[in-house]
Amino acid sequence: MAVDLRAHYSAHPEKRATLYFLALGFVVFVVGSLFGPFQALNYGGLDAYPLLRRLLPFLNSYYQGLTLHGVLNAIVFTQLFAQAVMVYLPAQELGLRPRMKAFWLAWGMAVVGLLTAAVPLLADEATVLYTFYPPLKGHWAFYAGAGLFVLSSWVSAYVALELWWRWKRAHPGRVTPLVTYMAVTFWLMWLLASLGLVLEVTVLLVPWALGLIEGVDPLLARTLFWWTGHPIVYFWLLPAYTIVYAVLPKQAGGRLVSDPMARIVFLLFLLFSTPVGFHHQFADPGISPFWKGVHSVLTMAVAVPSLITAFTVAASLELAGRLRGGRGLLGWVRTLPWREPAFAAPVLGLLAFIPGGAGGIVNASFTLNYVVHNTAWVPGHFHLQVATFVTLTALGTLFWLVPQLTGKPVSEGQKRLGLTAVWLWFGGMLLLGLGLHWAGLLGVPRRSYIVGAPPDAYADPALTLPKLLNAVGGVVLLLALVLWVGVMLGLLLPRRREPALLEAPLPLAEAVSNADGRRLGRALDRLGLWFALAVLLVAIAYGPPLARLLEQLNPVAGLRLW
Amino acid sequence: MDEHELHRRVLTYERGWIAFALGMLVLFLALIGYTLGGQLAGVVPHGEAERVDPARVRVEGPWADPARLVVKTAPGRYTVHALAFAFGFQPNPIEVPQGAEVTFKITSPDVIHGFHVEGTPINVEVIPGRVAVVRFTFRRAGEYRVVCNQYCGLGHHTMFGRLIVVPSQGEAVEGDGR
Ligand code: HEM
Ligand SMILES: [Cu+2]
Ligand SMILES: [Cu+2]
Repeated sequence: MAVDLRAHYSAHPEKRATLYFLALGFVVFVVGSLFGPFQALNYGGLDAYPLLRRLLPFLNSYYQGLTLHGVLNAIVFTQLFAQAVMVYLPAQELGLRPRMKAFWLAWGMAVVGLLTAAVPLLADEATVLYTFYPPLKGHWAFYAGAGLFVLSSWVSAYVALELWWRWKRAHPGRVTPLVTYMAVTFWLMWLLASLGLVLEVTVLLVPWALGLIEGVDPLLARTLFWWTGHPIVYFWLLPAYTIVYAVLPKQAGGRLVSDPMARIVFLLFLLFSTPVGFHHQFADPGISPFWKGVHSVLTMAVAVPSLITAFTVAASLELAGRLRGGRGLLGWVRTLPWREPAFAAPVLGLLAFIPGGAGGIVNASFTLNYVVHNTAWVPGHFHLQVATFVTLTALGTLFWLVPQLTGKPVSEGQKRLGLTAVWLWFGGMLLLGLGLHWAGLLGVPRRSYIVGAPPDAYADPALTLPKLLNAVGGVVLLLALVLWVGVMLGLLLPRRREPALLEAPLPLAEAVSNADGRRLGRALDRLGLWFALAVLLVAIAYGPPLARLLEQLNPVAGLRLW
Repeated sequence: MDEHELHRRVLTYERGWIAFALGMLVLFLALIGYTLGGQLAGVVPHGEAERVDPARVRVEGPWADPARLVVKTAPGRYTVHALAFAFGFQPNPIEVPQGAEVTFKITSPDVIHGFHVEGTPINVEVIPGRVAVVRFTFRRAGEYRVVCNQYCGLGHHTMFGRLIVVPSQGEAVEGDGR
C-alpha cells in the first residue's frame, strides 16, 4: 500500500523534526567515534595515526582528533539525541503537537552552532579539547559556535515545557503523565545546570577570544565549566533512563514495577545533579576543602537515584521474564527477547553501567580521587557510562523509533546485523574499559599521545596486558562502528514504507503502581517548588566559593601551544 | 501471583535495597572522612588563594631563585618551589630526604599542567596565577617519576620530571615509585 507521507508529516510535523535531530546525531556519532579506535591503539602502544592522517589529511595532531572526538561525541551527539527524544516522547504521550516554529528554531541554532564550531576545529585553530580550559586559547568561532549549539537546547527545553503547561491547563488537578514528568524534570535540571557553561562561554571566553578582554581567570573558568560538566553527564544519561523506564519494560513484555519510584528518581536528579561539580576539582588549588567536602557528600546523594534505577529496571525485567514463563532464580533471564537489538542494546549497556557506576563512586571519593585523577582510569570510567550505556541505548532506540518516524520496516537481516553490532560494541567497550582502568591505576595519564613519548616511558612490563586490551578493544570497536554505519543505512535508505508503522502508538510500558490520584503523585508534581529548591541548593553549594573566586580574580593571558 | 501481592513484594525488596544503598553510601562517606584525617590530609591542595603573576614567576620570587627551590624550613621539614611549564618541570630532579615532611608549592608560567608523582596521591592541577600547595612525606627512598597529566599542548606527552628521595640513614632503599 502506498503511504501518503506528505499528509502524514503535515499532521505530525514533529516527526520530521525529530528524525532530523536523530539522523544528524547519528552522523555526528559516527564521525566523532572514528577517532576512538586510533586513540585506543595509542593506549595500546601502537601508532596508527599516520594511517588516519592519510584518510583525513586535515588532521595535524592526536590532540586535534581528540578534541573532535570529545566535542562531537560528548557535546553534540548526546545533546541532539536529547533534543529528539525528550521532546518527541512527551509530545506523543500527551497527544499534543509541539510549537513547531520553536522546534525548528532549535534545529537551526544547533546546525549553525555546530558548523560554526566545526570550521576552527577542522582547521586546527581550536585544539583545546572538549573541556577548553583557558589559558589555552582557541579561535572565537569555536566558543561562539559551541555556545550557540548549547543555547539551542534551551529552545528545546521551552518546547517541552510548553507542551506540559498546555496539558496542565487542559487537565487541572491531574498528575503529569510519567514520560512527560521525566522530560520536564530533565529540562528543568538542564536549564539550571547549563547556566555555568553558558556564562563561561558568553561572559569570559567569547569576549576574550575576540580580544575584548585581556585575560581570563583559569580557576573561575574551570569552576563554571564543572558547574555544568558534572550534571551534563545526567543530561546524557536521563534520556537513556527515560527509555529504560518507559519503553524497555514494554519491549521485554512486562510492566514498570513502580511509577512513583521513577518520578522520585528524576526528582532527585533535578535536586542533586548540579551542586556537585567540585568533585572534578579535588585537585584544584584555591578552593576551600570544606566546599569540596560538601560537594563530595552531595555527590553520594546523587548516586542514590541511580541505585534505585538499578533496582526498578531489574525488577521490571524480572517481572517480564517471569510473565514470559521464566522460572527459578535466574531462569527468567533466558526468556527475555535477546534477539531484539532494541532490547539487547540498552540491557547490555546497563550491565556495563554497573562496574562503571562503582568506578564513579571511586572518582567521587575525595581521597581516592587523587589516585586516579587525570589517569587513563577516567576515560575508562566514562566509556562504560556514556559510550556504552547511553550510546547503546540511543542506538537501540533506532530500531523502534525510526520505523515510527519514517514508516520504514526493519528486516530480519537488519536485526541480525544490528545484534552483531550491539554485541561487538559491548564487548569492545568492556575490553577498552578494563584496559584503560588498569593502565590508569599503573599511572598512565589520560589525554596523552603516549606513543610519541620517549621510547622507554611506558615500557613497564606490567603495562603489557592493559595495552593489549586497549588495542584489541579499539579494533573490535572499529569493526562495530562500520557495522553501525551499515545498520543505519539499512534502516534509512530502503524506500518501502508501511502505513501501520507510522500509525503505531509509542511502545510505552504500563506501571504496576501508579501515581495519578495519589497524594505522593501530587506532591511530586509541584515542580515549580522543587525547581526552586534545586536553585537554592545550587546557590548554597556554589554561592560562597564563587563569591570568593570573584573576589580573588586573577586573569591571565591566553596562549596557543599546538 | 495477583497484582496486589506482586506489588507488596516488590515494595519490600525495594525498601531493603534502598536501605542497603544508603548504608553503603554512609559507610563510604565515613571512610572518606577517616582517610582525610591521616597522611592524606596533606594531598588536598590548600584552599587559600595564593596568587602570582605567571609572566613574572620565572624572573622574580622563590621560583626564580635557585637557592630557594628546595629549602629546609625546620628540622625534618622542607619546602619545594616547583614550576610546571611547557614542557617540563623545574627543578629537575627534585631532591628531598626520606621521611621528611615536604611541602610542594607549584605554579605554572603558561597554561594548566598536571603534577602527578607516580605511585603517590600527589596529583594536582597546576594553574597559572595560582599556587598549588600540597604536603607529603616520602617513606620510601628512590626515584619517582613526575608526569604532567593535564593536556597542555603539542609537547604534553613528553613532559616528565624526576623526584629523588634520598635515603635518610645512608643505606640505599630501592624503589621505583610504584
Ligand atoms: C569506537 C568507539 C570509541 C573508542 C574506541 C573510544 C576511545 C577513546 C579513548 C581511548 C579515549 C582516551 C583518549 C585520551 O585520553 O587520550 C577517548 C576519549 C573520550 N571519548 Fe571515546 N571512544 C569511542 C567512542 C566514544 C563515544 C561514543 C563517546 C561519547 C558518547 C566517547 C566520549 C569520549 C570522551 C568525552 C573522551 C574524552 C576526551 C578528552 O579527554 O578530551 N567516546 N575515547
Ligand atoms: Cu562528575
Ligand atoms: Cu601536559
